[in-house]
Amino acid sequence: MSLFSPEAYAKSVVASVQEYSLLAGRAVGDLFSRPRYIADTFTQMDSIGVGSLPIVVLTGFFTGCVLALQAAVSLKEFGAVNMTGRLVALSMVKELGPVLTGLMVSGRNASGMASELGSMKVSEQIDAMRALGTDPIRKLVAPRIVATVFMLFFLTIISDACGTGGGALIAVTLLHLNGPAFFHTAYMSLVYGDVIEGLTKPLFSGFIIASIGCYYGLTTTGGTRGVGRATTQAVVVSSVLIILCDFLVTQFMIGIFGR
Amino acid sequence: MAAALTVPSSAVDDLPEGTPIVAFDHVSIGFETHKVLTDISFSVARGETRIILGPAGCGKSTLMKLANGLLDPDAGEISIFGRKLSSMSEREVFAMRAHVGMVFQESALFDSLDVEDNVAYRLHEDKVPEDQIHDRVVEALRFVELEKAISKFPSELSGGMRRRVSIARAIITKPDLILYDSPTGGLDPITSTTIIELVVKQRDVSSTTSLLITHRLQDAFTLATHRWDTTTNSMQKIPNGDLDPNTKFLVLNEGHIVFDGTTRELTHSTDPWLKAYLE
Repeated sequence: MSLFSPEAYAKSVVASVQEYSLLAGRAVGDLFSRPRYIADTFTQMDSIGVGSLPIVVLTGFFTGCVLALQAAVSLKEFGAVNMTGRLVALSMVKELGPVLTGLMVSGRNASGMASELGSMKVSEQIDAMRALGTDPIRKLVAPRIVATVFMLFFLTIISDACGTGGGALIAVTLLHLNGPAFFHTAYMSLVYGDVIEGLTKPLFSGFIIASIGCYYGLTTTGGTRGVGRATTQAVVVSSVLIILCDFLVTQFMIGIFGR
Repeated sequence: MAAALTVPSSAVDDLPEGTPIVAFDHVSIGFETHKVLTDISFSVARGETRIILGPAGCGKSTLMKLANGLLDPDAGEISIFGRKLSSMSEREVFAMRAHVGMVFQESALFDSLDVEDNVAYRLHEDKVPEDQIHDRVVEALRFVELEKAISKFPSELSGGMRRRVSIARAIITKPDLILYDSPTGGLDPITSTTIIELVVKQRDVSSTTSLLITHRLQDAFTLATHRWDTTTNSMQKIPNGDLDPNTKFLVLNEGHIVFDGTTRELTHSTDPWLKAYLE
């Protein structure tokens, strides 16, 4: 049995980061030159955006419901149960909407991209594409990045709306709060900076999901087992990076908007 | 194929006389600690069919991928159509590949596209008008005698049919160089002969330069001893035991070239390893 070499491990990590950075950089660079694969981008938008709609709607809705229930229990102790709408809206728009949507779309699409491109890699379809004069990064990666960033932005808005709506439903039906008052406190609590923060996060998350999914797909080795490994790694790494990025963006936005 | 149809202009027309289509100059490559090819030098002239033989794992497929720029060598220079690959930008390499057709060992058809879209892939990329694409696809599929399978998906085809679709995809743009990576690998003898017939037909009808890897010695010698008869539209043995002058051999073993020459030189070689390999 060979011994674990920390040096070899560190080198492989650095090489992976370098390879990922080159892939992501080239994919972004390809957006500014021809040929552009517009039809592939729309196909991916349909697959990623429309395809993820049910999971995002359901996740957002039930998260809003749970938030309202949990918030009401705590707020009741302070006689501030009317503030439920404020808490639900702020939590959904600033944090839970962007992060949960990112994680859901990551679970569905980073894995899909890694397995699709990984299968193409192990069956030499990526090499065939290159042999036919097509740059796989331009054809496969760039459209997925554009589609994911664009669609995740709107999916997050939908998730925020569904979450607030779910919270309102619980507030009115189970907590017997006033509906218009719920929406009024929710609306009044949100300021420009909160919305900007909530809509900046999906831009980063979308880039992470597509670039990580494609990176693990295009570097797949080891046949079908390798495809499975790449899929798992893509979901794990993109999920961790989404949360890390969420922390950094939050810190940055607090620095700018002061809340 | 119809002359009026759009095809990329030839990469070999402006080449000076005698310039090899493919030239390897002291090329070496390895993966991690394992050396795959060492100090490989050979050249392929215009119109030549170079058959690459050797035991499994000796680096034949790696050599083929090097020739198409799909892999970069660790040392040495590779020239295609008179230009060094190392001096080309990535964009130029992709443009160069438009003049090279490649048939992969496992066909490598795009499994989400049907046969028509697989064969037409490069035409779509070249923005050829749609009304011309269908005619050219039918023509390429007719060449490999598979026009009835035009609307099928790769998963519905047998291994031999997939290989023939792969050949149709490689020849549809009339490339100046075709790389066949084990086109008969894993096929039964009858299907293998059908594939070799197509290779002979392409060689003799279009005079396309090609590199061909094979594990089957009988396929290699069929290529050397047969020609395509356009009157009977079939493969015929060259009379009087003559050999095709444009078919040459390259034999690899453990990453080194052990033979580079004509069919006659190969069969008369006194090298003990080569004699044992050929038996």
